[in-house]
Amino acid sequence: MKKGYKLIYQRPKTLTDTRINYCPGCFHTTMHKLLMEVVDEMGIQEKTVGVCPVGCSVFAYNYMNVDMQEAAHGRAAAVATGIKRMLPDRYVFSYQGDGDLAAIGTAETLHACNRGENFTFIFINNGIYGMTGGQMAPTTLEGQKTTTSPYGRDVEKIGMPLKMAEIVSQFDRVAYVERVSCNTPANSRKAKKALRNALEYQGKKLGTTFIEVASNCPSGWKMTPEESLKWLEDKVFPYYPLKVFKKPDKKEV
Amino acid sequence: MPAKGTVDIDIERCKGCNLCVPSCPTDCLALNTSDTNSYGLHYAYLDKEEDCIACMNCAVICPDAAITVYRKEDQSKQRRTHG
Ligand SMILES: Cc1ncc(C[n+]2csc(CCOP(=O)(O)OP(=O)(O)O)c2C)c(N)n1
Ligand code: SF4
Ligand code: SF4
Ligand code: SF4
Repeated sequence: MKKGYKLIYQRPKTLTDTRINYCPGCFHTTMHKLLMEVVDEMGIQEKTVGVCPVGCSVFAYNYMNVDMQEAAHGRAAAVATGIKRMLPDRYVFSYQGDGDLAAIGTAETLHACNRGENFTFIFINNGIYGMTGGQMAPTTLEGQKTTTSPYGRDVEKIGMPLKMAEIVSQFDRVAYVERVSCNTPANSRKAKKALRNALEYQGKKLGTTFIEVASNCPSGWKMTPEESLKWLEDKVFPYYPLKVFKKPDKKEV
Repeated sequence: MPAKGTVDIDIERCKGCNLCVPSCPTDCLALNTSDTNSYGLHYAYLDKEEDCIACMNCAVICPDAAITVYRKEDQSKQRRTHG
């Protein structure tokens, strides 16, 4: 403590002390922090269970001091379904990248949403396979260069980037869908509010809650963290707009 | 203007991503490019303490939760409580 000063912000206690090994400026890190702030503020550390993906955030269990289960690549929604059905009083989330949630795990994702499984998806869409060295993902933008699309994504051959938030908001049993980012302090505050809304709706058993994060991957995009923020503004947000796609009726909440 | 707040930056947690520096509305942060932490990374520091308004922008955007923010307690109140 500093004499004559009041502490107004500190690292959430539910983040472990382990040094986070994601690259500098990576939003995986920011989202871990915001999520653990929400868990702290809601006082639900002992009642929260997370499911980790395969991808850079395979390490999430080292950093988030809540119960966590690792899933096979793409299967986090199936594992979260099992956990939530067995332990319905827990706050359950899956934390998944776009290669995990929208490529190898598309079937699990869509069917869990269609069933309205009462857990929260936290979907980190950075438009690339970060962990394996920057290959094209289903979410890679048209013309975006990656190691497996060196001339840019050709939508004639590959199709358009998948808009998961838009897709899952079509399911009747999905209660809440929002796309957020953490490229500015204001957007980070909104992202935190969205996480809180999702967990609160889950607590009220309203159905599936789905937070997509328009995220970055400075290393895979071969940019500095600051350049990655500009890419988000210029290229990502026009195609992946930040907005609420679906929310519960006022009377349910 | 006297400072309204201050920040502590844990330089071992800082990765020098430089996201906090441009998010400070009063430009009081800077990146130290002549020194590194034990991981070999440059780190951010509070360059102009007198300008911090305790808005928390830097702490909110910092991915690594390396920043702690303090608000200066009201001087008049302080005198009363301790007086
Ligand atoms: C069954 C299986 N297939 C492929 C892989 C290789 N692999 C590891 S991570 C990954 C993709 C990760 O990308 P994403 O989900 O977007 O996460 P990010 O690393 O970008 O956060 C792949 C294909 C694997 N580990 N297991
Ligand atoms: S490779 Fe990309 S997604 Fe993975 S930690 Fe680094 S910046 Fe983040
Ligand atoms: S709290 Fe606000 S004014 Fe103070 S250093 Fe951080 S961003 Fe700048
Ligand atoms: S945002 Fe955090 S990690 Fe990045 S330079 Fe600032 S203090 Fe360091």
